[in-house]
Amino acid sequence: MAISVSEHLPRLLAMVPYLLARPGIRVEEAAADLGVTETQLRQDLNLLFVCGLPGYGPGDLIDMVLDDDTVTITYHAGIDRPLRLTADEALALIVGLRALGETPGLSQDDAIDRALSKLESAAGDAASAASRVAVKLRTSPTEASRANALRAALEHRHAVRMTYYTATRDETTDRVVDPIRLLVVDGRSYLEAWCRSADAVRRFRLDRIDELTELDEPAAPPPGAGGDDVTGGVFKPGPGDLLITLRLSRSARWVAEYYPVESVTHKHGGDTEITMWASDLGWARRMVLGLGTDVRVVAPVELAEAVRHDAQQALLAYQE
Amino acid sequence: MSRVRTERLVNLVICLLSTRRFLTASQIAQTVAGYEHDEDDQRAHESFQRMFERDKAELRDLGVPVEMRVMSAFDTETGYRIARRDYELPDIHLEPDEAAAVGLATRFWHVRGLASAAASGLLKLRAAGVDVDPTATLPVEPVVAADPAVDTILAAVRNRRAITFSYRRPEDDEPAERHLQPWGAVSSKGRWYVVGHDLDRDATRCFRLSRVVGNVKAYGPSGRFEPPEDVDLASYVYGDETPSHQGKATVRVRTGSCAGLRRSAIEVHPSDLAGWDLVQLPYRDPGSLANRLVGYGADVVALEPPDVRRMVVERLTALASVKGGR
Repeated sequence: MAISVSEHLPRLLAMVPYLLARPGIRVEEAAADLGVTETQLRQDLNLLFVCGLPGYGPGDLIDMVLDDDTVTITYHAGIDRPLRLTADEALALIVGLRALGETPGLSQDDAIDRALSKLESAAGDAASAASRVAVKLRTSPTEASRANALRAALEHRHAVRMTYYTATRDETTDRVVDPIRLLVVDGRSYLEAWCRSADAVRRFRLDRIDELTELDEPAAPPPGAGGDDVTGGVFKPGPGDLLITLRLSRSARWVAEYYPVESVTHKHGGDTEITMWASDLGWARRMVLGLGTDVRVVAPVELAEAVRHDAQQALLAYQE
Repeated sequence: MSRVRTERLVNLVICLLSTRRFLTASQIAQTVAGYEHDEDDQRAHESFQRMFERDKAELRDLGVPVEMRVMSAFDTETGYRIARRDYELPDIHLEPDEAAAVGLATRFWHVRGLASAAASGLLKLRAAGVDVDPTATLPVEPVVAADPAVDTILAAVRNRRAITFSYRRPEDDEPAERHLQPWGAVSSKGRWYVVGHDLDRDATRCFRLSRVVGNVKAYGPSGRFEPPEDVDLASYVYGDETPSHQGKATVRVRTGSCAGLRRSAIEVHPSDLAGWDLVQLPYRDPGSLANRLVGYGADVVALEPPDVRRMVVERLTALASVKGGR
């Protein structure tokens, strides 16, 4: 497949100073760093071999010693430094660093601040676009202190004991977990850990951890546990989950934005029908009841009946 | 074909970097490999000129600063060169922990365009001699939702071009066409927003990208507006956040139930009624508290204040009579 010039040229221009700074580097390592295959890297080097200063005789062309394993640039033809950062590159790196600096558990990391100021000064004018992007994670002080405590436990590779509120079952339980990593997904912080009571990997929301103690015991999550790709969101429906269908009136349409929904259908007269996964009937009952009369359960029927029954039972207390 | 062009462009960069004086197009044609042609052949010369224009534009798009100068008052021909100090990334030395932070920062982007900008930026840092261990991790990984429109919006912000898009607020039945001079973008709690001057309403507005229907399109010429200096973008997204009324409600909660309410309680006491506790809850908006209490069904009874109690009863009464199913 042909590579576009806009992709190829910046790589070639960066490749010369990259290799120049690392004489005798293994081709394999350079390819990995430059994000190409070894074959592609060798093709790139062959192209650079025929480039150089006008005249294009020996002594004008980029020169290198390339063998089966390693490469050393011996003449760079004047490209000894990389091209400055473009506005997009500066933006991507600076905003990324700022987001890290806002991340609970990292906000006290001064490496981020140091990297940021060095990068801003190296980027110069290109950094100005970054002031047009703000990243705010807005974590509560509790969440931040949990994150710091968990980060310490992760660094010490210690297990933790915690009291955790499970919203789906509306209960608080004590458990011992082996931390795997901290995640911030869509603005929410999670601990991914091996839960010894569940005998499985679980993700725990930091704002639902009520008590937290780092144990002296080493953390021992089973090898290979956790580390799944969460870019599509942390929620994945499981086999026990319940697909529910709700009909929202105009004033309750926000529900479709607030909860992860599977489908949204606009009906005549301004109603919207949504389907979403509920982890169990108990959670679905509490959610639907709390949404009031702008939301009506279409399916399953047992949920609609449970909601009506709950409301009738609750009313008895007020009729004394 | 593209390999030939890439090769020519590398040679052009090397030549323009190595020259102190400005070179005219015909000097470039005579010296840089890949541009050779017979200048007397009209068609060949025109084709060279087109090729050279395209190459210059390509270099500028990639951020290569090609300088231009009219040679003298007598000679109207334009000359070109690349000033080394404008071309080169300034010296940058990162400590291992700083390099690790930069490596991790690149993973912040899952938006396609900026992910590749992050990768090419990282490549330039590596070329400057910074060693970024690709396996280095910090114990926290932030992942931000991708929104394909962010790319278009950031480009429009940078070029100061207006954008237009279809926007549907939840309460609207149909999306409406909006026109905006974008000042910047805000990522907050996993959502992206664009803030700017709404041309239809002649006022500052903030739009949530998840409510945009279809594509965002930039229109009109670049540099058409000046965003206000030192604008605090985030404040437009959050609005006024000072809590309004702060109250305290008293509810009766069945013992062993309503863990969620108990977590936010100010105080929990056993009640006079066996099997029940008395719980005091802080709240801001009586309506949302009432909704929350209704969620717990018969496990909670709202006692004080009267307006919360009344709202709970109203909601329960309505829910108790709702017919389920289709």
